Amino acid sequence: MTSFFDGLLHFRRGAWEMLASVLIAAGVFMLMQPFALVLYSWSFLVTLLGTVMFIIVSHFPE
Amino acid sequence: MLHSPVERVAEATPHAIAKRFRGLSDRSLAWLFVAPSIVLLLAVNIFPLIWTIRLSFTNFRVNRPNAEVEFVGLKNYISILSDKDIWLTMQATAHFLIWTLVLQVLIGFSLAYLINKKFRGNDLWTTIIVLPMMLSPAVVGNFWTFLYQPQIGLFNYAVGFLTGADPSSFSMIGDVSLAPWAIVIVDTWMWTPFVMLICLAGLRSIPDSIYEAAECDRASKWRQFWTITIPLVLPFLMLAVLFRGIENFKMFDLVVQLTGGGPGSITELTSINLKREAFEKWRTGYASAYAVILFVTVFGLASIYVKALNKVKQR
Repeated sequence: MTSFFDGLLHFRRGAWEMLASVLIAAGVFMLMQPFALVLYSWSFLVTLLGTVMFIIVSHFPE
Repeated sequence: MLHSPVERVAEATPHAIAKRFRGLSDRSLAWLFVAPSIVLLLAVNIFPLIWTIRLSFTNFRVNRPNAEVEFVGLKNYISILSDKDIWLTMQATAHFLIWTLVLQVLIGFSLAYLINKKFRGNDLWTTIIVLPMMLSPAVVGNFWTFLYQPQIGLFNYAVGFLTGADPSSFSMIGDVSLAPWAIVIVDTWMWTPFVMLICLAGLRSIPDSIYEAAECDRASKWRQFWTITIPLVLPFLMLAVLFRGIENFKMFDLVVQLTGGGPGSITELTSINLKREAFEKWRTGYASAYAVILFVTVFGLASIYVKALNKVKQR
């Protein structure tokens, strides 16, 4: 866990890619879940944020 | 005396053309060869994508080309993301996607595992199993509507025979609770062979020497399966899930032929709903925003999936 936060602080690819992946997965779950309309409404923003972040951070150093 | 074909081609090239190309560097030549593909990609993929994003912020309707096009900002996106009907189509798509992937992976891998064993008629069975994926989705959709007929359908007859239920007492594509499963069954029937083929390629790429070494170490069959077979087939399996996942996310033809999105809109997947918005209601701007949402979703999922695939390959 400490190495994850350390990676975030030092702009390392692994940690930031993990964060972006979690955002994308959360966004897709929010889009397709049957529980709350409010989650569905915010799903696209979360997925978009995760996808853009993923594209950017994949250029960070290892 | 010219020896190689390359020398003969070089000799046969007209002097004027040869002179023009001799002046180019390797890098320029590489760009020259790649340029047609890049131009085609820009024209067919990138330009429509950018144009769709642009249209998604307008109220443009393609059936009214002379009407004034207004910039509506995020209105289309807000409208889609607060629409309960579209939310329901997303749930229908999720149901279809999850169940088809689970069933296709389980059955496809099991079939591949069986087919990989050496037995008589192995090739014949492979050909028979692969037949459904060679058919057109339109044809498959049409003939499954006959198989699902409550009075004359073979599917209902088989279920009745196995369970003792009256075959005409249920309708797979007319019943709200059964229709989502009807499309899952047909897609699984059609595309399990594809997953099987990919898994079979993975299984056949495992050298026998690894199993022989495991046998020498007295590893049980069960242990060999979990520590050799599964890890080495996993990249192939993940590739199959990626292909099927993306394909099923945009599933259209099979479901349209089979249920038309009905009964009601219970099997209306996102691509069917999108087509209705774009080409029946002619709300082009709105449909463009809808398409952008689906694109970002698939793109995001594919990105993390490819990353996971690379990690598994590196192991």
